[in-house]
Amino acid sequence: MSGLTEQPTEQLSAQGPTRGDELSGMYGPENKADVVIIGAGPAGLSAATELRRCGVQSVVVLDREPVAGGIPRHCDHYPYGLREFSRLLRGPAYARRLVVAALAAGVRIHTGVSIQSLTIGPVLTVTSDAGVRVVHARRVLIATGARETSRAARFIGGTKPGGVVSTGALQGLVHLEGINPFRAPVVLGTELVSFSALLTCRHLGIRPVAMIEPGASTTAFWPARWLPRILGIPLLLKTELLTIEGESTVSGVTIRRPNGDIERLNADGVIVSGHFRPESAILARSHIELDRHTGGPVVDQFGRCSDPDFFAAGNLLRPVETAGWSWQEGKAVGHAIAQSLQGKLPSPATGIAVELAGRSLKYVVPQRIVPTDVPPALDSFQFRVSHKAQGRLCLSINGTRKTVKSLSTVPERRIRVPLTVLPRSPSGTATFELVESDR
Amino acid sequence: MSTDHRSSQFDIAVIGAGVIGCAIARQFTLEGARVVVIEKAPDILDGASKANSAILHTGFDAPPGSIEASCVAAGHAEYLKIHERLGLPLIKSGALVIAWTESEEQRLPMLMERARENGVEDVQLLSAGQTHELEPELAEHAKASFIVPREYVIDPWSAPYGYLLQGLANGAVIKRNCEVKGGCFDGVRWKLDTVQGQISATTVINAAGLYGDIIDQKLTGSTRFSIKPRKGQFIVYDKPASALVKHILLPVPNDVTKGVVICRTAYGNLLVGPTAEAQDDRVNAALSETAMTALRQRGEEILPALADHDVTAVYAGLRPATEFKDYQIHAHEGLNYITVGGIRSTGLSSALGTAKLIYQRYLESGEAFQPPATIHWPKVSNIAENYPRDWQCEGNQGIVCHCELVTRREITEALEGPLAVRSIGGLKRRTRATMGRCQGFYCSAELAKMTQPYFDAAGSTVRSHVGAN
Repeated sequence: MSGLTEQPTEQLSAQGPTRGDELSGMYGPENKADVVIIGAGPAGLSAATELRRCGVQSVVVLDREPVAGGIPRHCDHYPYGLREFSRLLRGPAYARRLVVAALAAGVRIHTGVSIQSLTIGPVLTVTSDAGVRVVHARRVLIATGARETSRAARFIGGTKPGGVVSTGALQGLVHLEGINPFRAPVVLGTELVSFSALLTCRHLGIRPVAMIEPGASTTAFWPARWLPRILGIPLLLKTELLTIEGESTVSGVTIRRPNGDIERLNADGVIVSGHFRPESAILARSHIELDRHTGGPVVDQFGRCSDPDFFAAGNLLRPVETAGWSWQEGKAVGHAIAQSLQGKLPSPATGIAVELAGRSLKYVVPQRIVPTDVPPALDSFQFRVSHKAQGRLCLSINGTRKTVKSLSTVPERRIRVPLTVLPRSPSGTATFELVESDR
Repeated sequence: MSTDHRSSQFDIAVIGAGVIGCAIARQFTLEGARVVVIEKAPDILDGASKANSAILHTGFDAPPGSIEASCVAAGHAEYLKIHERLGLPLIKSGALVIAWTESEEQRLPMLMERARENGVEDVQLLSAGQTHELEPELAEHAKASFIVPREYVIDPWSAPYGYLLQGLANGAVIKRNCEVKGGCFDGVRWKLDTVQGQISATTVINAAGLYGDIIDQKLTGSTRFSIKPRKGQFIVYDKPASALVKHILLPVPNDVTKGVVICRTAYGNLLVGPTAEAQDDRVNAALSETAMTALRQRGEEILPALADHDVTAVYAGLRPATEFKDYQIHAHEGLNYITVGGIRSTGLSSALGTAKLIYQRYLESGEAFQPPATIHWPKVSNIAENYPRDWQCEGNQGIVCHCELVTRREITEALEGPLAVRSIGGLKRRTRATMGRCQGFYCSAELAKMTQPYFDAAGSTVRSHVGAN
């Protein structure tokens, strides 16, 4: 499998993505770059392109996959690209365009490279077919994205037969390898990606027997919720998936219906979809501070991590947003990195912490704010709630509390509050809380 | 027993390629016997041996004087002797037996006395303060403990794989997908009817684990025990959690169970389990959300910091317990047949010792073989965290499973080696592919593509080797 197979155009292939086996010396004689970007998805590629546009000399993108482009590569459906290219594209075409844009801007992309460690310097150790190498940079952007929560981590009971997959694995099987893992699976979850799973199934004539959602309504909004009806797939709300049955492959599942009845459904597979979480494994074994709410790194309004030589953007910050959103964010953080190289960003030491109170808010990004006149890369606080809730979103600073806005929302719906809600020179801690109203 | 080896194809037929069968095959082969191992599953270690706590026990808490106690002690000693030559890992952790209540504290001296009776002399009592000094993350209410310095963590799959691999390198034969239907002994040798035809051997050793009593019934018409499977569920935490402990943390055992253990794994995770649940089914080791949640809660009671860590994997295993406490090892007079049954949770620790004991039993009625002039020592490719791994070496062809850092070269070798894997389960046990935090989100597609030609050739279906997590 060559990194060149999805080369967008002939003329670019000469300087196209390089496989890791050619890593030796590819960053120059000493394996150095101004900026190393980890992850060739929408956020990483747009940041890289922006850094080159800002005049940064050597910008290197590393990706562990054999082909650059990230998750959209195996999302073979619309809508992608309107914001970025003013064109309606399918995922794979969109991914190719991102790569073309980065290469045209002079970005170097190396695929088949896996990051093993991040240390102060910044210094990275990477591994590829060539074995372990050390890479030095002036700044590092981590844009490793998100993945779905596994069946195991969700404590779903039963046996462990073949045919239980995440949407990511399913799309990889179907779109990258043309493998059809089942005929009649159940789909667990109703996030956007769960409906994407339905489309993927349709692609190969796989007919899901039911879509199962523990909540009272689908997590994703219209028009997604009409899709099962259009496809003739029963949508079972307020229903729990209890156990998975089968020996070598799935033979069925048991579910608990809203009235408490336990039923068995015949199925030959299970798609365990959604519940995204940041792919932050390399951070967990580094010196960089992680936020236990998002599962990603703690960042300031420039996407800057606790070690200010490291930045983060895209779904690593907060699962999960669209490709277009991640692209926009990558571009903005790329710009901030260029400013940082020019010494234009304020010292991180003067920042204040942004925290959460109560249980209704699931996370907030960014988690630190540095008082400055420099325009931010992340211009608003982003929140999600942990359950369907309505009430007042309040902000407390130094014992003074004010209402920021009224909310009536559900999990997975984006909530934004502009950074300007903070005073110009905040001190202490800024604490957000959703005070729920009685219903 | 008959010694007419020349007239039979094999000297020894071992039924079952679990850890015990693999160790017995190795032992007899190195003694000079022609051995065939017969396994009904597509791959080795597919029954009771696929799920355990991965600890090399000293046998300090075994019933003194039992067969189990002596086999565990001998197995522990032999593993230490051979593990480096076979390339098998050893994590020198030591264990702490921790008392959480006053009544448990009062039982510590008795347990230490039992340890000494079992030849484990180096146990040492520790105060609450000393215990917390060794394990700072331990919950505050630990009363006291004693340390068992030579309890270690090992790789539960590489070890038996290495035993069988050495057997094969020295002339043993393995037949997989080869269920034994029946057989008869003609007074000189056995003729076993299998789904792959007849296999002839002078002596049969029943190491069929969860099916030990059934094989006894099929071949000898009777059995002296019945298997009463005991299910153990485990939860495995993501790698950062393994920094929370150094030792194997054992509870004070009761009559039914050794209780919930916390320990690192050879792969750098943290393990909490097992449960102990009796069931009739010998096949399905079903997980239950209640049990997994209870394990998580118990884990956090012992190590409060676990609350901030993620669970990566969950699994359940069946131990072939019987109505008896001790191992059920019986040589059947005049029948050239040895039953090795009821090897409960200590099988991994005892296997090499049990194999030695079985050979001794064999010698009581059979004759010694002529050991080979040279013994080959194949090395197992390492998949343990703290030993050199393939991803660190040149020419590894890149990483396929990023969570567990499994290289393309490792997967290809597992698919093509002398004991080539024949199922996704086998591939996971050999390489750890898909067993990390993403549980196949990332590499399922690539693995399915890589394995398809091999598994399809072995009569498997694509559905059974996709995403068995």
